[in-house]
Amino acid sequence: MKIFGHKPPFTAWLGMTIVTVNLLVALFGPLLTPYGESQSAGGTWDPPSVAMWLGADQIGRDILTRLIYGARMTIGVALVTTVLSFLMGITTGFLAAVLGGWVDQLLSRLVDIILSIPLLIFALIILGVFGPTIPVLILTIAFLDSTRVFRLARALAMNLSVLEFVEAARLRGEGIWWIMRREILPNASAPLFSEFGLRFCFNFLFVAALSFLGLGIQPPYADWGGMVKDNAAAISFGIFAPIWPALAISLMTVGVNLVVDWLLSIEARPSGAQAEL
Amino acid sequence: MADETPILKIHGLTVETIQGNTIVDHIDIDLKRGEVLGLIGESGAGKSTIGLAAMTYARAGCRITGGTIEIDGTDVRLLDAAGRRDVRGRRIAYIAQSAAAAFNPAQRIIDQVCEGPVVHGLMSRHEAEAWAIELFRSLDLPKPETFGRKYPHQSSGGQLQRAMAAMAMSCRPDILVLDEPTTALDVTTQIEVLILLKHLIREYRTAALYITHDLAVVAQVADRIKVLRHGRQVEEGATDAVLHHPRESYTSRLVAVRAAAASERVSLDTLGEETILSVEATTAAYGPLTVVNRVSLDIRHGETVAVVGESGSGKSTLARIITGLLPPSDGRIRFKGRVLSKSLADRSREDKRIIQLVYQIPDVALNPRQAVGEIIGRPVHFYFGKSGQQVTARVKELLRLVELPEDYVSRMPMQLSGGQKQRICIARALAANPELVILDEPTSALDPLVAEEILKLLKRLQAELGLAYMFITHDLDVVRRIAHRTAVMLKGQFVAFDSTDRIFAGPHHPYTEQLINAVPVMRTDWLESVLALRAKGG
Amino acid sequence: MLKLIATRAILGLATLFAVSVLIFVCTQFLPGDVAAAVLQQSATKETLAAFRRELGLDVPAYIRFFDWLWRALHGDLGVALTNGRVIIDVIRPRFANTMFLAGYAAIISVPLSVGLGIVAAINEGRPIDRISNIITLMTISVPEFFVGYVLIAIFTVELGLFPSLATVDSDTGFFDRIYATTLPALTLTLLVAAHMLRMTRTSVLSVMSSPYIEMAFLKGLTRSRVVAHHALPNAAAPIITVVALNLAYLVVGVVVVEAVFTYPGIGQLMVDAVTKRDVPVIQACGLVFAAVFVGLNTIADILAILVNPRLKYRR
Repeated sequence: MKIFGHKPPFTAWLGMTIVTVNLLVALFGPLLTPYGESQSAGGTWDPPSVAMWLGADQIGRDILTRLIYGARMTIGVALVTTVLSFLMGITTGFLAAVLGGWVDQLLSRLVDIILSIPLLIFALIILGVFGPTIPVLILTIAFLDSTRVFRLARALAMNLSVLEFVEAARLRGEGIWWIMRREILPNASAPLFSEFGLRFCFNFLFVAALSFLGLGIQPPYADWGGMVKDNAAAISFGIFAPIWPALAISLMTVGVNLVVDWLLSIEARPSGAQAEL
Repeated sequence: MADETPILKIHGLTVETIQGNTIVDHIDIDLKRGEVLGLIGESGAGKSTIGLAAMTYARAGCRITGGTIEIDGTDVRLLDAAGRRDVRGRRIAYIAQSAAAAFNPAQRIIDQVCEGPVVHGLMSRHEAEAWAIELFRSLDLPKPETFGRKYPHQSSGGQLQRAMAAMAMSCRPDILVLDEPTTALDVTTQIEVLILLKHLIREYRTAALYITHDLAVVAQVADRIKVLRHGRQVEEGATDAVLHHPRESYTSRLVAVRAAAASERVSLDTLGEETILSVEATTAAYGPLTVVNRVSLDIRHGETVAVVGESGSGKSTLARIITGLLPPSDGRIRFKGRVLSKSLADRSREDKRIIQLVYQIPDVALNPRQAVGEIIGRPVHFYFGKSGQQVTARVKELLRLVELPEDYVSRMPMQLSGGQKQRICIARALAANPELVILDEPTSALDPLVAEEILKLLKRLQAELGLAYMFITHDLDVVRRIAHRTAVMLKGQFVAFDSTDRIFAGPHHPYTEQLINAVPVMRTDWLESVLALRAKGG
Repeated sequence: MLKLIATRAILGLATLFAVSVLIFVCTQFLPGDVAAAVLQQSATKETLAAFRRELGLDVPAYIRFFDWLWRALHGDLGVALTNGRVIIDVIRPRFANTMFLAGYAAIISVPLSVGLGIVAAINEGRPIDRISNIITLMTISVPEFFVGYVLIAIFTVELGLFPSLATVDSDTGFFDRIYATTLPALTLTLLVAAHMLRMTRTSVLSVMSSPYIEMAFLKGLTRSRVVAHHALPNAAAPIITVVALNLAYLVVGVVVVEAVFTYPGIGQLMVDAVTKRDVPVIQACGLVFAAVFVGLNTIADILAILVNPRLKYRR
């Protein structure tokens, strides 16, 4: 079977399967679970059993049920964040490249300054000021992440806008929206698509890390990062309760990365290191 | 002049890509000591691949899959890695097209030139340096004793190309592989390097494979010529025989294109009187650097004005000024007497329509994600407000005009050849019904036979539509064949602007003279005659 | 070249200034203000106004900014709202702890990943490169706390080798400190090394595809000589940038790793302050992290200028 005119290797199939399963669980999760999201069905850190395949959490809730509900929250927040980030980043990045001049200077310097603070630190400052609610979380991460998208989009558009076909459109008298939408975007879509996968992973881990620190998605919603935090103490007793949600996070990002890695390898050319000597 | 033992004997050489496409197909080469074999062909003919394969080297993605490569009787393909390394650089050395890229930017030139002989254990570092300085001197490099202390980025392209020749000669190899060694240079520099390379090969009696796409260049250095196409041999013979009595039709067409330059002339009879474009004492700069300095130019209805000059002379900048991409700091541009706004943003749609531009490299001039119909149809819609059926009809008409089938409407640029892409670019320009088309080196990225077709097309279109052309080029042969008048540009200024005949007939501005004399002519004795001329002139 | 370096250093300082403005501006958006946040609903109008005067909130923002910056430059980062402690005294030992952990991880990860990155690059497409690609891809995909808990599960729960809590205080000796921070350092190393390895590999590969590398092979040089003499000197500048970027990442990654191992570093302090919305502490920690980050990037840029022959020897 071919996708994008190429035959995916085993790792790419694996990645696509993982991502698809995770998305399906996020969409239809509540139909699968035997328990409610915050229903206490056993004792603290009950071991895995037939009734609770992965055991119970710190207040006796079924971990598998929480994981399934958490998929929706964790993946959903990261996805919305990434989409927002791309909308902002691509628009501003393309504008900066096509308009040039002071618009470019202003946007680029602003992004330079924001990127000269680690994003996590910046996010902590903003969350500290506004408080950790889901809208604040999404807007903060989307805004911060859009600076990275801005850089890529601007660089891509810069490389394209010096090409003669874009100059030809300018000479014809086309407006900037037409140039951005019809001349630049279609030619930047492949790298932007790969980047979307990478940025999604980044945001997904970012949300999980903030939740793990207690500053992301707040109870009573189930989310994977928060589940790790809540069950952290169990690890000292040799109980794997915090490992399961951490594993779920890892699986999802590994899956996306495997797909992206394959997409990038399609575009890559062999380097001189591979020449026949 | 050559003795009879072949130093390089290649038999049945085949190179394939990893996907299994054959790019070099059963090529045989016999090269005697002191002999120069010219490998000539269009891009994609497999010339460079053969040159590298002679060193048992295949670029990433390619593999040598068949044949024998004997150097002085030993089949190097049978050697192990150490054995091949021992041959490379020592017995057979390589000169690449772009010296600027082939030198390691982090090392001094002398270190790179001496590396070969020292690593191969031929000389001590001290001896290698002395030998390098001698080579620098015979290659006419400035201050040979200290030249090597420079880093690559500190010397010019022509100097680096010569330094690379020194690097190749550092182990006194038996065979040199020269891969388009003068193509990246300006014409006036090209001739210097060509003379020195020829001198070097003769002096050290080195056998050479000289790879080029230019018949006139190869005529100056090669004893024999092998013509290649699509990885196969077309014909091989002594240089004079191939040039004057080609056996194969492909070769005769190549020769004919080159010969046409010498005979064809433009008639001035058809010329209109009305001046459509006039550039008046225009100056423009990039930052502090003045690139076009008080240039004045006028183009009449139906006329072709050529602007010739070397890279960096400001000829493309002139095109940018006229189109409004680079607002001039001084001067005026009039179209049919009306002053055009300096910057593109201030020009009306009509002003943008009447002047169209065709670019040098058609691959980047077409949006790879748009179909031909969209590319040509957009200006039809944009300038004339046509839509639907009317656009399609006009696109088909334009395709016929540039001699392409109508069903190309749905093709993507990727599916077209270089020449076809350039035709699409021309069709896109014509879609605006322009009065002036600026052609910025429209044929120099194309293979000679394809370029020839494009030139014919342009002439026909001019006759049919009464277009005026501003033709920017560095190729004087093209100028002679297409331009009514010619401007010679040097360092941002016109040194001459007159009818093409008078420009070539003289008396010349010294630079024009230099430029004209530097264009290789397809005669084996041309280089000698230039040398003789120079000796006479001092 | 001196001029270039000076320009870069000044740019670093300017960036730091801009960053401090940004941090200050962000905290001005606090709904209500610091005074309201501290006194909460209990405050009457009069006590609120008095408290504002006490905090200096009645003067214009720009004056407060320069006052804050001026004091910060002199080591006075103010007082924590929640417990009234002098912030600089709280930060100093914790900063040292964080730098110790980051340094420990850097000493292991930098040579390891740069070395392996080069090996992977010159063996592009061979089994060793593919294996390293898969392993590093897995490692960069997983969150810090996953690696942390897996290491705890293995080294603490199963093997009983290292403690799961990295408790240190000012009296802890050097070797005890090393022992206590081994697991957190290992966690950081695994994460950063994978990133650094991949980026090193990419940098070396882009150099390996240059025409001058092909030329070097055609001169009959051995692969090792080509790599050592022709590829690496040109890959130095990009590798330095890669290392600096990852060291900066390391300093940030510390925040989560400190939480996993409850290590008393500046990251924990900042997270606590955010939870309690203690703005002066947040500002102070943010400033410290930003300074380290900007400093590392500036040093990297300067080093990259130093090793670039095009800048070293002008025409």
